[in-house]
Amino acid sequence: MKRRDVLLAALALIIIWQILAMIVNMSILPDPFTVAKVFIRELQNDLLTHFAVSLWRVSAGMALSVLAAVPVGLAIGGSRSLNRLFSPIIYLLYPIPKVVFVPVVILFLGIGDAAKITIMFLILFFQIIVLVRDQAAGLPPQLIQSLQSLGAGRRAIFRFIYLPASLPAILTALRQSIGTAVAVLYITELSATKYGLGYYIYYNGSTLLDYPAMYAGVIAMSLLGLGMYFSVDWLERKWCKWKFVN
Amino acid sequence: MINIQSLTFAYPHTSPLFENFSLSISSGETWSILGSSGCGKSTLLYLLAGLRFPIHGQIEIDGERLTRPRPRSGLILQDFGLLPWSTVRENVELGLRVRSFYGEDGKHTPVNFQPEKGVSYWLERLGIDGVADKYPSQISGGQRQRTAIARTLALSPDLLLMDEPFSSLDAVTRENLQNLTLSLCEEQKLTLVIVTHAIEEAAALGKKILLLGTAPNSTAHIFENPNAGQNEYRSTKTYHDLCDRLWKEMQNEAA
Repeated sequence: MKRRDVLLAALALIIIWQILAMIVNMSILPDPFTVAKVFIRELQNDLLTHFAVSLWRVSAGMALSVLAAVPVGLAIGGSRSLNRLFSPIIYLLYPIPKVVFVPVVILFLGIGDAAKITIMFLILFFQIIVLVRDQAAGLPPQLIQSLQSLGAGRRAIFRFIYLPASLPAILTALRQSIGTAVAVLYITELSATKYGLGYYIYYNGSTLLDYPAMYAGVIAMSLLGLGMYFSVDWLERKWCKWKFVN
Repeated sequence: MINIQSLTFAYPHTSPLFENFSLSISSGETWSILGSSGCGKSTLLYLLAGLRFPIHGQIEIDGERLTRPRPRSGLILQDFGLLPWSTVRENVELGLRVRSFYGEDGKHTPVNFQPEKGVSYWLERLGIDGVADKYPSQISGGQRQRTAIARTLALSPDLLLMDEPFSSLDAVTRENLQNLTLSLCEEQKLTLVIVTHAIEEAAALGKKILLLGTAPNSTAHIFENPNAGQNEYRSTKTYHDLCDRLWKEMQNEAA
């Protein structure tokens, strides 16, 4: 994805937004320039704090998911017997909409960040496991055999084949998870907190009826997601150079 | 060097490929294993590599029974087995990195292992130093196979096992690499066992040719070919006569 294309797309969206705002002509849909002014003003107030809190929560949730799901996905994908044992369990648990557990997790973990991060972890964990498992299971056997012939045992095969081969899958899983993670972030920040972009958007939109500020929060949330997409792209170009050589 | 005694091998739920099969290969010999698809030639190579194990009988290399891949045997496969995420240089270093990963444990790495020549030497010797920083997807099939050979030779092996290594290459590259392989084997005093389905290749490379027939193979059908590897051997009558004989034998087997 080129930055110039993103800028052009943003410009097109701003134009459509402006036209819609002119057609609707109601305070519930302010024009983009009003929102931009409020956005800059709010940055000087506490929007940046809300942004930082949300960024911390979503990053922690994603980091924990990767740290837990990658070894499990590699182990299941690398062993037929483990795959047979655990895949049915994953398929049973994967489709459950974890967001319904928000009240239960808050009950167990309280109203702090732990509950919010845990919900995000529960959702992303399964997505990453499935992608990493499929990548590990689909590796050509010749690759493994040729490493075995160089003297590699199980540990070296994981270190030199499974781990690097799964990196693109991990990054794909992360990229696919960003949209879900940000949506879940919003839901988890609706209750039991006074910080975070979810809280900020809901509080301005539903309590204060300050629509320009609400849209400023929406823009901040979009920038959060966009920044994460760019970070994953950057990591991919850094760690998976071989994918970009042709 | 290699002693196969009363080998019986079958994949699960299939009829045996080898039954009470015995063969002896001496150090420094070059062998071709020839046969049509499904005769068990690649399986025999995997058995010699310690990646598969006999149901009955045993394989000994240098007097030791084979129970796992042997550190001094090098295996080169048809699709080269290169890591797509590693550069040519990193691929050539791979065996050495695996060895330093384990340390000198005597199991994965021979005790007192010291590579005789460095990675740079092998990159240069195989003519791939110019593409050392490229990834496998950026180089030609011949260069990929040279990388696989360099990776194996960097570990100072005494036995080179090759599974149809040149089958996907064009005629000129194939012949160049065949000649290079033979000269490297002579230079490094390697024992070579190469599996192929191409009669011309078997006759050009192997001073001894093992012809496998329809499974199960019980007797070793061996053709002596002492002039293999000599200059211009491919244009001699002896070579063409041998190719004819092998062709007829393979047709008889198929019939």
